[in-house]
Amino acid sequence: MDGEPIIRISGLGKNYLTDAGPVPALVDINLVINPGEFVAIMGPSGSGKSTFMNLLGCLDTPSSGAYSLNGTNVRTLDKDQLARLRNGVIGFVFQGYNLLPRVNLVDNVALPLIYAGVGKAERNRRAQEMLDKVGLGKYGDSRPSNISGGQQQRVAIARALINRPRLILADEPTGNLDTKTSHEIMSVLTQLNRDEGITVILVTHEADIASFANRLVRFIDGHLAHDGAVEYESLGTHA
Amino acid sequence: MIGAMLSEAWLAMGANRLRTFLTMLGMMIGVGAVILILAIGKGAQFLVDQSIASMGSNLFIVLSGSSTSGGIRMGLGATPTLTIGDAQAIAELPGISAVAPNAPGTAQLVYGSNNWSTQVIGTTPSYLDVRDWKLSAGYPFSDSDVRSATRVALLGQTVVKNLFGDEDPVGKTIRIKKSPYQIVGVLTLKGQSLDGRDQDDSVLIPVTTAQRKLFGSQFQGTVRLIMAQATSAQDMPAAERSINQLLRQRHRLQEAVESDFTVRNLTALANTAAETTRVMSVMLGAIASISLLVGGIGIMNIMLVSVTERTREIGIRIAIGARQRDILLQFLLEAITISIVGCLVGVGLGIGGAVLINQLTQTAVVITMSSVVMAFMVAAAVGVFFGFYPARKAAHMEPIEALRYQ
Repeated sequence: MDGEPIIRISGLGKNYLTDAGPVPALVDINLVINPGEFVAIMGPSGSGKSTFMNLLGCLDTPSSGAYSLNGTNVRTLDKDQLARLRNGVIGFVFQGYNLLPRVNLVDNVALPLIYAGVGKAERNRRAQEMLDKVGLGKYGDSRPSNISGGQQQRVAIARALINRPRLILADEPTGNLDTKTSHEIMSVLTQLNRDEGITVILVTHEADIASFANRLVRFIDGHLAHDGAVEYESLGTHA
Repeated sequence: MIGAMLSEAWLAMGANRLRTFLTMLGMMIGVGAVILILAIGKGAQFLVDQSIASMGSNLFIVLSGSSTSGGIRMGLGATPTLTIGDAQAIAELPGISAVAPNAPGTAQLVYGSNNWSTQVIGTTPSYLDVRDWKLSAGYPFSDSDVRSATRVALLGQTVVKNLFGDEDPVGKTIRIKKSPYQIVGVLTLKGQSLDGRDQDDSVLIPVTTAQRKLFGSQFQGTVRLIMAQATSAQDMPAAERSINQLLRQRHRLQEAVESDFTVRNLTALANTAAETTRVMSVMLGAIASISLLVGGIGIMNIMLVSVTERTREIGIRIAIGARQRDILLQFLLEAITISIVGCLVGVGLGIGGAVLINQLTQTAVVITMSSVVMAFMVAAAVGVFFGFYPARKAAHMEPIEALRYQ
């Protein structure tokens, strides 16, 4: 499967239904992403990049076109099959961390494994291993509210990694963090991409964050406006 | 997976303890009320059953009277029309196993320095069979005692207690209206009758002795009533018809003339009383189960609030791979847990309340395992039923909208 692209999108479109009729959010997107790529998605607000991420993450369904993830045609799957696909293939990192507030860090990280049907002992062992990996092994019993934002995002990354995904989707993962912490988070993602070959796709507003990626995709008004290598000039003009 | 979900349900309930407690309170009160009322109802039923058993089974009572003289209708028993001969004739009828004439009156008893006023019943030895009444000491008076109108007596427990205290009364002599009577036996404890009368507060003497020596009436040889026992419950309607026929014949009543006696089916009356008690307890139980329903609605209400509050959490769970049934199960388990914990406490409250009422008011209570199990199952069903809609609502959320929820 390594030879095949992990993401293959052709003629993808998404309309939102409003009282005034359908409003296009994405128009005729064609994109192929191969395993091991590190892609940054940029674009102004309302350009459709968040809609695109939701489609990539199988959280939303396209209005038209084809999307195949990890060799599976996503449009043929029902809700529960999509849930299984997300659980096994994708790791999500959100801007707001999205940890469960009442639950300690080990259980937060282990959450995807509950839905993968992994037993309790195995869940806890792997969760602890992941927390160690992101440097928070000592805080397994803490609640998310007792650690800093940067630490919470590391926990979220640990959770994203726990079921050994092939793809990490990060939606503005550094949007709530200061520059220093942002760079720490980005170096974690870079490391995962470089050392473990995990495909990373990230949405960002910031040029310096995008510069960690190898490939830049830019959206404007629902169209794919730019797709190419990350160069300093291309970052500077629209960021 | 169920284990993980149960511990999460526990966490979620612990996150807002007061709210969880208040939600459970509805179930606690509902289950407690059902158990308490069932316990009291079963207690009342137990008492009624006991009195029915103490009365004797398949029993008829034949009352003398009502006669009409000059257009004035007298009440039942006003004119003694039944005789010992009637009783003997009824005993000959098919389907009748025992007959006891009954000539009661009130008299003052004296023993030593004690005296006591009680009901003295003139009857025959078969009275003990009809009433299914045993002796705890001594022996019953005999048919020859009846023939020769001997002054012998059987005492009820209450009479023994009041006249003799701890002394053994058998063989002693008491005075009834100044005449001496020998105590030949003591009756066993019978308890209260259906109308609350103390059945042990009575003395049995031969019917002839009562008629000729104790009460002496202007209608010689008559009795107030005759008790008759049918051989079985199936024989009762036929026996009732033949008693009516026989007595009309013996009393030489013309076709059009009203009977000067009344036959009552006591067992039917008692069964009606038992049925009434049963219906009452079922009705009260039904009213109590309404509070279970209200408790269930409380659970639904709180679960709906909880689902809305946790929209974002649900979004996260769906995003990282929870299927619809995982979410459904999680919230359903939470509702069932609230319901069952509330129910357990309610069972405790109900049993505690029943015991307390029993201690404070001496009301009979009977707690049966079946009522506890039933209340428990109903509570679990309420949890599933009222938890289902909120859980379904959670399971059907769209992940992107749920994740956007603030």
